[in-house]
Amino acid sequence: MKYTEEDLKEELEGKEYEFGFTTDIESDRAPNGINESIIRFISAKKEEPEWLLEYRLNALKVWQEMVEPEWAHVTYKKPDFQNISYYSAPKKKKELKSLDEVDPEILKTMERLGISLEEQKKLTGVAVDFVIDSVSVATSFKEKLGELGIIFCSFSEAVKEHPELVRKYLGTVVPTGDNFYAALNSAVFSDGSFCYIPKGVKCPMELSTYFRINDSGTGQFERTLVVADEGSYVSYLEGCTAPSRDENQLHAAVVELIALDDAEIKYSTVQNWYPGDKNGKGGVFNFVTKRGICYKNAKISWTQVETGSAITWKYPSCILKGDNSIGEFYSVAVTNNHQMADTGTKMIHIGKNTKSTIISKGISAGQSHNSYRGLVKIGKGASNARNFSQCDSLLMTDRCGAHTYPYIECENSSAHLEHEATTSKIGEDQLFYCKQRGISEERAISLIVNGYAKEVLNKLPMEFAVEAQKLLEISLENSVG
Amino acid sequence: MSQTILKVNNLQAEIDGKEILKGINLEVKAGEIHAIMGPNGSGKSTLSSVLAGRDEYEVTGGEVDYLGMDLLDLDPEERAWEGLFLAFQYPVEIPGVSNINFLKTAMAERAKHKGLDPISAKDFLTMVKEKSALVELNDKLKNRSVNEGFSGGEKKRNEIFQMAMLEPKLSILDETDSGLDIDALRIVANGVNTLKSDDNATIVITHYQRLLDYIVPDFVHVLYNGRIIKTGDKSLALELEERGYDWLIKDFA
Repeated sequence: MKYTEEDLKEELEGKEYEFGFTTDIESDRAPNGINESIIRFISAKKEEPEWLLEYRLNALKVWQEMVEPEWAHVTYKKPDFQNISYYSAPKKKKELKSLDEVDPEILKTMERLGISLEEQKKLTGVAVDFVIDSVSVATSFKEKLGELGIIFCSFSEAVKEHPELVRKYLGTVVPTGDNFYAALNSAVFSDGSFCYIPKGVKCPMELSTYFRINDSGTGQFERTLVVADEGSYVSYLEGCTAPSRDENQLHAAVVELIALDDAEIKYSTVQNWYPGDKNGKGGVFNFVTKRGICYKNAKISWTQVETGSAITWKYPSCILKGDNSIGEFYSVAVTNNHQMADTGTKMIHIGKNTKSTIISKGISAGQSHNSYRGLVKIGKGASNARNFSQCDSLLMTDRCGAHTYPYIECENSSAHLEHEATTSKIGEDQLFYCKQRGISEERAISLIVNGYAKEVLNKLPMEFAVEAQKLLEISLENSVG
Repeated sequence: MSQTILKVNNLQAEIDGKEILKGINLEVKAGEIHAIMGPNGSGKSTLSSVLAGRDEYEVTGGEVDYLGMDLLDLDPEERAWEGLFLAFQYPVEIPGVSNINFLKTAMAERAKHKGLDPISAKDFLTMVKEKSALVELNDKLKNRSVNEGFSGGEKKRNEIFQMAMLEPKLSILDETDSGLDIDALRIVANGVNTLKSDDNATIVITHYQRLLDYIVPDFVHVLYNGRIIKTGDKSLALELEERGYDWLIKDFA
């Protein structure tokens, strides 16, 4: 897929949030509110086994005892948790056997998102799982992956088809009581993706999930579980969009990654939930818990491009449990208008000779606030642990804010830690220099910003990198001042 | 008769309410090299900034005709598309953007706005090879980020390399000689001389006569206190070198 200047121009013409359409699909939703009977309703709807219902009910109890955290550098009106519908699914009439049976409205949605499954199949060889509101709609390439023993399906399907795997790993990296939103998710999660790569298998294609909140007044609580068995490899992509709405929508997901001995997981996210309008009305509250655990010689790499959401609260982390394991975090977070993002990572070094790298690039525009918050923790037994952290902030206006909260806790004196941080403002001089060479302002901003974020964008798979670049451009239009 | 490229008539400009240019008159024809000299603070850099369209400066009077167009009515990038090039006194660094990508983007934008086909990748690379040789620009610098970590001399050579790639109609060199050692000066001057043709014109803004040993001007203008107070041929530059500016300035102080 070639991306030309013309395509870019076309993209730039749609100045408003581009993915602000809703899809007219009949949906099946739970009444608003959260209590035991709602949990039972969700579990019954999904025809879940008893153990999972118990898991949910326990989580509800834990959640009810917890209070919403307030330490993040964000301000918002707390959601009324009793005024949200915790389950909304496109009405399904029968089992889907092939793409032809998918609701044409949904296919249309996918086309508008530029990820027509047909096209994806032909052009990129990406296997896609597509989650609207709460339910996974179609998973392509399942058979081809099946030949290698790779399981890639919706979470509910995994519960039915592979309950032993789900039960073994669910909640092992992000336990129910980990935090307020993780507990909420554990009680009400409706769907998501599940992926298992067997021993020694290198997954031959990028696995990809697109999440979309469609119905109004709903929250989305998806659950993702990726298990890479010994010596396996997988690259997993996740994209998110939501329609423009005046109200705030809640998204509280949990992602758990398990990289067993010698395995490698590369997890990339392009997050473009609706950010609210330019006056700060509406937008998605994105409260997400993402964490992975690395066993011996394993590696987990998180790459994220965050441009959406009114509020972001998200810290993809790595527990480096096994000796010689490696954790990486590459992030570009853009905030514009009234958006607020508090994002970063935790690298928990437990095993010997563990290594971690953190590259965080914040870009603030408008009146937004963009915070990096990170923890590097070196445990007592983590001899010869190494960390390199770089946290850069770029300011586009004189009304926005960039904040950095790096924490280091070190209990082993053989550790080697490096931290670098810079803050810069996009220069009138840089813009004028570009213009004098014939590069228009919008193009110049995109050039400068992409240059600034290059180290992170380079980590994304090819087709995602192009999408991410476009997103950065669209998010930052007319933002210098 | 040669084509008139630039005609500046009674140009006045100010910054933050302070008047800097107080009525500049200047005519530049194709095939000509003009040198603008003058002591510090006379308005030399302001003149180049105003001609390139930097918006910190407010034009308060006068007109500028550029190839039959009202130059002051054009945005900076439009001026660039029409072939106006400014070699910066202090070239700007753009981290993460390779020199080559920067130039490719600039050329693609221009082609798009002029309704032309973009240059092919092959032709572009051939051109890069040829033009970088002109200013002896190290191969590695071409793929490095724009001006990042370049020495002073490398930055100035990079400006001339960009100028060579963009093939301007009117080049304005703003103190390109400042901070250059004698070898770099020779290389830069050689680049400028090679690029000179009957169709284009160059304005060389300089503080010292030194550069004019290498780039021989057709006209030398002395700018003082926002006005051109004397115009002559290259011998004027030599006279300035010998006698300084004081003998000229005293009548205008």
